[in-house]
Amino acid sequence: MTILTLTGNYAVAYAVKLARVKVVSAYPITPQTTIVEKLAEMIERGEMDAKMIRVESEHSALATVYGAASAGARAFTATASHGLLYMHEMVWWVAGARMPLVMAVVSRAIGPPWNIHVDHQDIFDQRDSGWIISMAQENQEAFDLTLQAFRISEDPRVYLPMMVGLEAFILSHTVAPVDVPDQKEVDEWLPPRRQPYVISPETNFVMGNIVPDEDYMMMRLSIQKAMEAAKEVIKEVDRSYGKKFGREYGGLVECKKCEDADYIIIIAGSWSGEAKMAIEDLREEGYRVGVARIRFIRPWPEEEISELASKVKGIIVFDRAVSFGSKGPLFLDVATTVNGRTSLRGVIAGLGGTEVRKEHIIEVTKEFINKVEEEGRVFEPEYWLLPDPYRGKPLEEVAPRWW
Amino acid sequence: MVIIHKLPNRRYGMPGNASCPGCPESMGLRYLKMALGDKAVLVIPAGCSSVIQGIGPKSGINFPILNIAFAAAGAAASGMKAAFEVQGKDYIVVVWAGDGGTADIGFQALSGAAERNEDIIYICVDNEAYMNTGIQRSGLTPYGAWTTTTWTGKKEHKKNMPFILIAHDVPYVATASVGYPHDFIEKLRKAAKIKGFKYIHLHAPDPVGWRFDSSLTVKVAQLAVQTGMWPLFEYERGSFKLSPFSKKYKDPSKRVPVIEYLKIQGRFKHLLNKPEEIKKIEEYIERTWWWIDLLERSTNPAKTARELLNK
Ligand SMILES: Cc1ncc(C[n+]2csc(CCOP(=O)(O)OP(=O)(O)O)c2C)c(N)n1
Repeated sequence: MTILTLTGNYAVAYAVKLARVKVVSAYPITPQTTIVEKLAEMIERGEMDAKMIRVESEHSALATVYGAASAGARAFTATASHGLLYMHEMVWWVAGARMPLVMAVVSRAIGPPWNIHVDHQDIFDQRDSGWIISMAQENQEAFDLTLQAFRISEDPRVYLPMMVGLEAFILSHTVAPVDVPDQKEVDEWLPPRRQPYVISPETNFVMGNIVPDEDYMMMRLSIQKAMEAAKEVIKEVDRSYGKKFGREYGGLVECKKCEDADYIIIIAGSWSGEAKMAIEDLREEGYRVGVARIRFIRPWPEEEISELASKVKGIIVFDRAVSFGSKGPLFLDVATTVNGRTSLRGVIAGLGGTEVRKEHIIEVTKEFINKVEEEGRVFEPEYWLLPDPYRGKPLEEVAPRWW
Repeated sequence: MVIIHKLPNRRYGMPGNASCPGCPESMGLRYLKMALGDKAVLVIPAGCSSVIQGIGPKSGINFPILNIAFAAAGAAASGMKAAFEVQGKDYIVVVWAGDGGTADIGFQALSGAAERNEDIIYICVDNEAYMNTGIQRSGLTPYGAWTTTTWTGKKEHKKNMPFILIAHDVPYVATASVGYPHDFIEKLRKAAKIKGFKYIHLHAPDPVGWRFDSSLTVKVAQLAVQTGMWPLFEYERGSFKLSPFSKKYKDPSKRVPVIEYLKIQGRFKHLLNKPEEIKKIEEYIERTWWWIDLLERSTNPAKTARELLNK
């Protein structure tokens, strides 16, 4: 093992190399580009034994790695934002075909107007597609999740593709120390590729022709069942990774100070770091708050959140995305799980890279807690934490120019 | 040379395949397998051939097949080939795409794969419309043809895909027709031996979409060649060559009048007694042969740009 100072993107690239990926294909988009630039460099220098296919679009990038995976090779791609939306059709195709492969998604806002900063809208747009979707908090975790993704995705109980989410710039372009294991250690931990079928003259297998509607529906159910099974596999992989490499994250949810908490912050991604700092301050002021960081958006950690819901007085959810005309997508999942058992506030914040600091999190959390303590049960599904220049002013005053 | 009785006598279109009577795509698939045998894998984007396979979990086409989203065939095939290569397997990856999956929505992935000189065979099965969705106009529908989105006849000419691929300067480009199976099989076998990107454009008259009797597929296909509407040729290693069946039609006086081709198809019914419309189609034929003449004369029997790089 070696400690390297790596950006989140390079951390992903190192993990891909150590996973002995055989086919890489991608199309450039900020802030994903440095992942594939690094991989291209490794391959051209002969440090990585793989083929790199420099395609003409993201739709083709995912189709290419899908073709490669179907023919038996471990394959990887990466994208972000518009690239992810452009390949959306293929995203569904790969999951429907139950083809294990791994894609890094450097989550970024969607235009117009053009915006290259962090936002979870792109990754939530893939929520229902049948991919396992994880979100890293820091570079080390982006590395670990990438390596784990191959093992999870290729587990016969799962056989679904997996996205590793890491955030624009905050992780992708910021350096941090990353503990990178040796090839030998990785080889001992990561089994050779397994997959449900291979398409080749040896198998004469056909994937994707029409089936009776009833069989189609049963195949859809099987994806749902695989998602369910993936929960256990994710936890197993987390534990065995912990044993081998010394880092275990808690499975689908990483809980910080949840045990004695009266209130819980639910959040995903790098700004969970701010939430973790916020609860330290809140606790000093006598607010017993914990953080449940969602590591996996899919499969949804139903049991973990349900257990918390029956213990606490309130849950505040932070979304960096909106389902327009409804609420924050993370909130929607939480609310379904909570099923009225505790107070809820859904905060929408930080869109398009708008800064959210510890103080912001403290402020809205405290306000929520005070309200619950005063009024009893509170249900506020949509609470916009407005950007600093607009906050605290009446909406009619600051907002009219936008509509 | 392709000798009929030496071709494999196996069944490739199985009972339960869902093609229409007289379907040129199922004919083409059979020739494909006769030519390439058991080493080929098919990549099929959305289109009639996704349906012809019949109902899963079985398949009416005796091939390993990766079905793929409409726009993605060139890319998926590139990935498959790379995967076979890293595993040391010399399988032939063949895209089998309709005219829409080739010239319209699939064009970007096709052009990308050609530019990268991927070692695959790309076949455009050209029935001159989106047949699977019910005969809508495509970029390869000819001038004047009725479709369900051009009720009074298409107002534009067909886009010349083989020439566009020649402009990519890939090692092999050919046209073929389901009316001339030996020629198609020979071209496929040749393509399988060439390294790099191979493009074969297979003309595939469709009784349902073109409105002719299902017994006439071969006849209509042959008339397309005999009228000069569909010249058979090869562009191989930088040199352009008319194929034997088309050679004599270089001379316009040898060509069957185009009206013979048009009048047996319902899709041209509305323009049969409009001489000015027929003239436009005749001019299109002239133009096509003008290009061919140019290519023949400027032939450079060196290697293609892409092959030179591979040296
Ligand atoms: C992205 C997308 N758009 C549209 C369709 C609907 N669609 C399926 S097949 C087809 C037409 C296929 O036409 P062509 O490629 O010419 O092949 P043919 O059916 O004629 O063999 C269309 C439009 C689709 N499957 N995917």
